[in-house]
Amino acid sequence: MTVEPGRIDELRARYDGWGLASRRIEVGLLEDEVEAMFDRGWTDGLPVVAPTEARVARMLDGTTRSADDVVALMPPALVECTVEKVAVNAVMAGCRPEYLPVVLAALEAICTDEFNMHGVLATTMGVGPVFVVNGPIAERIGMNAGINVLGHGNRANLTIGRAVQLVVRNVGGGRPGEIDRATHGSPAKLSFCFAEDEAYADRDGGSPWTTLAEDRGFARSTDVVTAFCGEAPRILVDQRSRTADSLVRSLADGLRAAVSSRVVTGMDGMLVLSPEHMSRFADADWDRARFMDELGAHLMVDTDAIVSGAGGIEEGLPEAMAGLTLPKFRPGGLLVVHAGGPAGLFSSIVGGWLNGPMGSEPTSMEITP
Amino acid sequence: MNDTAPATVQLLDPTSEAVSTDRALTARKPSLEGLTVGLLDINKPRGDVFLDRLEDQLGHRGAAVLRFAKPTFTKPAPADLRHEIATQCDAVIEALAD
Repeated sequence: MTVEPGRIDELRARYDGWGLASRRIEVGLLEDEVEAMFDRGWTDGLPVVAPTEARVARMLDGTTRSADDVVALMPPALVECTVEKVAVNAVMAGCRPEYLPVVLAALEAICTDEFNMHGVLATTMGVGPVFVVNGPIAERIGMNAGINVLGHGNRANLTIGRAVQLVVRNVGGGRPGEIDRATHGSPAKLSFCFAEDEAYADRDGGSPWTTLAEDRGFARSTDVVTAFCGEAPRILVDQRSRTADSLVRSLADGLRAAVSSRVVTGMDGMLVLSPEHMSRFADADWDRARFMDELGAHLMVDTDAIVSGAGGIEEGLPEAMAGLTLPKFRPGGLLVVHAGGPAGLFSSIVGGWLNGPMGSEPTSMEITP
Repeated sequence: MNDTAPATVQLLDPTSEAVSTDRALTARKPSLEGLTVGLLDINKPRGDVFLDRLEDQLGHRGAAVLRFAKPTFTKPAPADLRHEIATQCDAVIEALAD
């Protein structure tokens, strides 16, 4: 009898009590539990899965960590957040247990002083944490790095990002209209998580293209999640460039307007290179370092054009900064990721937010079981 | 539903379960005369313009002014700064500007 599907869960619930510490909320069977969860303010605007003891316990099987381990002090309330609370919210988000280690690492990344989730949440600018997953775990848990990579259709991508946001909302108390008073908000505030297509890093012959995680000091075999504070993605069209040189100039042209063409060095950016765009650089035998050098050379900005008052626009650098040539992005301030479907001469730009100690640093965290 | 079926479903609370406590406001000061007022600049552009004006106005009303600044507006004020303000000032005004 104990091997019947579901039976072991029932027995654990009855005799073991699961060892779960969270308060139990009773919902009458005549109530609709989905509506009951909306009524309690637990959702992000979409329905959530009911976090029953059995589901939360199964979720916790996805990690070797104890349920009572403290993952982080969760902003904005700065309350201790346990693995169990993360599991409850991961169930609600629709995660499978094997996603839980990614959710935990993502939360650890954003709750560092460097990433500054408090500020990312509280700013009126419409930004949120954007997660890129590298390493073998991405394929193992079925993450999408291909067609519609920044869109819909993949459970792992969508529910991992959503789980993180539900934890910030429910445990940290970061609810829109309260601490989160973003002017427009962004789809990134619901869920923005995807995997890098590491195919070019595995290419035989030609220059290997290192992954984002490798670029940030991790080995290829290591599972890593990188958190970046970003806005919603916007498309960068280039359907005519046939050479690496033309395309890199075209990409730089689009990137110069990220967030505002008047902002230089103070905000970071992310470029999601599509496979067809990437092939221009692979065909020319450019590796990541060459690409970054060439791109950086085309991203130098003449400050005369962007000081306050230039072109009749009051926004801009102080007039005292005229006559300089500055990089659009600070060193290391542009994260380049390779992802997307095999067809389509588009890349995507994700503009950032205030960077460095004043704002948010991109933060990578190893994903452990 | 049969007799043995439970009448409820149990959900686990996804929140921190923290309960906030109500605290009474500190008694309002009847006058600014002789008080030390802290002006906290959160480091937004032009916050200093606003606070300079306040400092001027407070001076006319007999208050001494101490100026403080957060290292960045994107993060909560450090504990040491909060302690400094709490121990040195009778009142505080925090300024946001852009």
